[in-house]
Amino acid sequence: MDAFLNSVLERALRRTEAAEVFALVSQETPVRFEANRLKSLQTRETRGVALRVIKDGRIGFASTTRLDDPQDLVDSALEVAPFGAEARFEFPAVREYAELSVYDPAIADLTIEKMVDAGKAMIAQVREETPDILVGAELRREVTMIVIHNSAGGGGSYHQTAFSAALSANLVRGTDILDVYEWAESSCGLVDFDSLVRAVMDKIRLAERNVPISTGQMPVIFTPKGFAMTMLESLRLGFNGKTVVEGASPLAGKLGEQMFDSRLCLWDDGQVAESTASAPFDDEGVPTRRTFLIDQGKVHAFLYDLQTAGKAGARSTGNATRSLSSPPSPGTHAWLIGPGDASLDEMLSGINEGLLVDQTMGAWAGNVIGGEFSGNVHLGYKIEKGELVGRVKDTMVTGNVYTALKEGLEAIGDTAYWVGGSLRVPHLMFKSLGVASK
Amino acid sequence: MRERIEAALRRARADYIEVHIEESEHTRIRYRGRELEEIGRTTHRGGNVRALVKGGWGFVSFNDLERLEASVDLAVRQARLVGQETSHLAEVEPVVDHVPFEFVRDPRQVSLAEKKRLLDHYNDLLWSASPAVQTTQVAYHDTFRRLVFANSEGSYIEQERGDIGAIFLTVARKNGDVQQAYLSRGTPNDYGFLLDLDEEVVAVTKRAEALLSAPQVKGGIYTVIADPKLAGIFVHEAFGHLSESDFVYENERLKEVLVLGQRFGGEHLNIVDSATLPNLRGSYKYDDEGTPASKTYLIKEGVLVGRLHSRETAAKMSEPVTGNARAISYRFPPIVRMTNTYIEPGQVSFEEMIGDIKEGIYAKASFGGQTAMEMFTFSAAEAYMIRNGELAEMVRGVNLSGNVFDTLANIEAVGNDLEMYQSSQGCGKGEQAPLPVSTGSPHIRIRNVVIGGD
Repeated sequence: MDAFLNSVLERALRRTEAAEVFALVSQETPVRFEANRLKSLQTRETRGVALRVIKDGRIGFASTTRLDDPQDLVDSALEVAPFGAEARFEFPAVREYAELSVYDPAIADLTIEKMVDAGKAMIAQVREETPDILVGAELRREVTMIVIHNSAGGGGSYHQTAFSAALSANLVRGTDILDVYEWAESSCGLVDFDSLVRAVMDKIRLAERNVPISTGQMPVIFTPKGFAMTMLESLRLGFNGKTVVEGASPLAGKLGEQMFDSRLCLWDDGQVAESTASAPFDDEGVPTRRTFLIDQGKVHAFLYDLQTAGKAGARSTGNATRSLSSPPSPGTHAWLIGPGDASLDEMLSGINEGLLVDQTMGAWAGNVIGGEFSGNVHLGYKIEKGELVGRVKDTMVTGNVYTALKEGLEAIGDTAYWVGGSLRVPHLMFKSLGVASK
Repeated sequence: MRERIEAALRRARADYIEVHIEESEHTRIRYRGRELEEIGRTTHRGGNVRALVKGGWGFVSFNDLERLEASVDLAVRQARLVGQETSHLAEVEPVVDHVPFEFVRDPRQVSLAEKKRLLDHYNDLLWSASPAVQTTQVAYHDTFRRLVFANSEGSYIEQERGDIGAIFLTVARKNGDVQQAYLSRGTPNDYGFLLDLDEEVVAVTKRAEALLSAPQVKGGIYTVIADPKLAGIFVHEAFGHLSESDFVYENERLKEVLVLGQRFGGEHLNIVDSATLPNLRGSYKYDDEGTPASKTYLIKEGVLVGRLHSRETAAKMSEPVTGNARAISYRFPPIVRMTNTYIEPGQVSFEEMIGDIKEGIYAKASFGGQTAMEMFTFSAAEAYMIRNGELAEMVRGVNLSGNVFDTLANIEAVGNDLEMYQSSQGCGKGEQAPLPVSTGSPHIRIRNVVIGGD
């Protein structure tokens, strides 16, 4: 790989002043269980190279998984460059990065047999409690190597591991179908299988009974997962430097303004040890860091890669992210919301009729950038006189992220929980959101 | 290459083994706002091996073709670890075939300068149609793929496929309010689709502008008329996914719900999936298991009569193969997928459909949808109130949701105006997205639909 990268960079620099090579080599091993049984084992090996050139001030991009023809890659990037965007940045010369361990030999060396055993054990535990349930699981090991070199002498390489486990359960009664799922992810150490099993079993118990719920405005609590599935995407777009530069983000031009409840703090962190979204540098070689986005309700910063920062007259926040076949663009590392002071019981106790939302579907399908969400409550429970009394069906929850997190926020949970490997948030309780039910 | 693949297949000790090799080239052009943001070329070469031993599957994908023999060994070893029972694969006659592909108008023959000129023109149209435009996005792609499939039963199939698409999106803003509208068009084989879109592109910005002054729909239960785009997405999302047998074949209780012969709708309801229709994004001659494509009735005169299969699900459910095993690329194994899925036209005109609705909603196109077993939800991209049999004011935020079995039974009328819809995007299932498909329907009228709202 090194020889190929050097050859590409050298050939590119014969014809232009600035270039960057990016290489990704990964091996993913998903172990999949369906319907209570081991279903498939896979190994997916990927290796590929992307080249970015700046030629006469314009950006050209090409990528390939064919590593036999460095000249073809260089020619492709230079061919498109005259039509490319005007470059608003220079490649960074940084080559010293903070020590950050995102590689765990315990994950890299984990055998398929051990993953199979862990999956079997989780399924057996769920089935012991509810024998007629169908359980699925996926355990996944991933080892990735990233290499970046640029014409300014910057860049480096690192290895990264990730391990994830997902557990789902499906129960059919007549035409009534219950689907629950939980997942966890880590870059260092394995996930806690027992707590995954407990979470799934708790949900099955809570959903034993279906109950009707009123249509109208009512208090709604989102679990960390419910928040992730319903509101997160709007905020990700809202703080994305690209939508900000375009003015499409409702937060554009609002730096320093009180756009959220003053109890709310949200930050992006590229250096949290256990997060799978952490790395010593981002996908164009800029060191990662922690960036406060919401500080006591005020908009504090937006997330940038080099090009977008150049357009905004800002500096890269080390948030460039890319796949093999697309150039960098601003993305997110781990997002964390600081915990508040309300326990879940305290939140529940104040509610006469309300809704606890844990899984939604399709909330991403509306006017996400405007903050509007309207999602089917895939798994949610009716709150009646402070108690969770059963599962609601055929129900939609509707609102606007920006108004909900400003005037609408009633309480912030006192404990923040990881949702997968890149989000850690507490429960959030809203005074009043639209609920529509059959 | 053929000799090498066949030699690799011969060395494998498995009940069944197959190899896919793929080469592809992609061109992408994207605008954000007034500027071209990204232009790029990507080439891929890779392959995979899938092996079946005693009912267990192993799968290995790779970019380095030198890894073919080692991948065969690894896939077989994995399959052995999984396999505890008996392998079931429906019989399919081995085929040796070469399926060439020809573009009607080949995007590879159109220069980058010409493509950029045309896209610049459309982007200008998006911008100039309203002062409320905050930003725009234009995304164009074209793809050409060469696929080789070989299996241990003697099949060796070479196929070529194309895919071209474009999306035009406007974000409009007034004070703090942000609204968006889009147009998405795709085709497997004709760059010509891109040449004459002026009116439709202007309409995108007009819609986004109009949404700024449209009130939020009031949540509740309505009679809804869905246009062909939205109805097609409904039939794909809500019902089509349940017809994919991999959801069903190992779920005894779901099997009881989805028994062939069960009535799900009125006699006017006919739902079809067919990869054999010509020139659509979901069309092909052989699926990714080498099974010939077919036209499959899922619902005929309201009754469940068929479902979509891979060779494994067909064998396990003792139903005929349908040729619906598809993978988005060599990086993934084939799974049961839809192709071109549509509701066949009925008798009712739009005027008859709307005539006796006192208060209802006319919902058009969609920002997307999602389904989880029997529950579905999807958003309308454009919607109007219906009052006393006539279209009234535009409303925003229309998200439809419900139980698919109730909703199919609640289809009161099926229009006479079938349209197939090909977008630039595709269908997602598990990790595999986007897969080229098309959807279609006439206008349909559904009673008792839950609409989210304030």
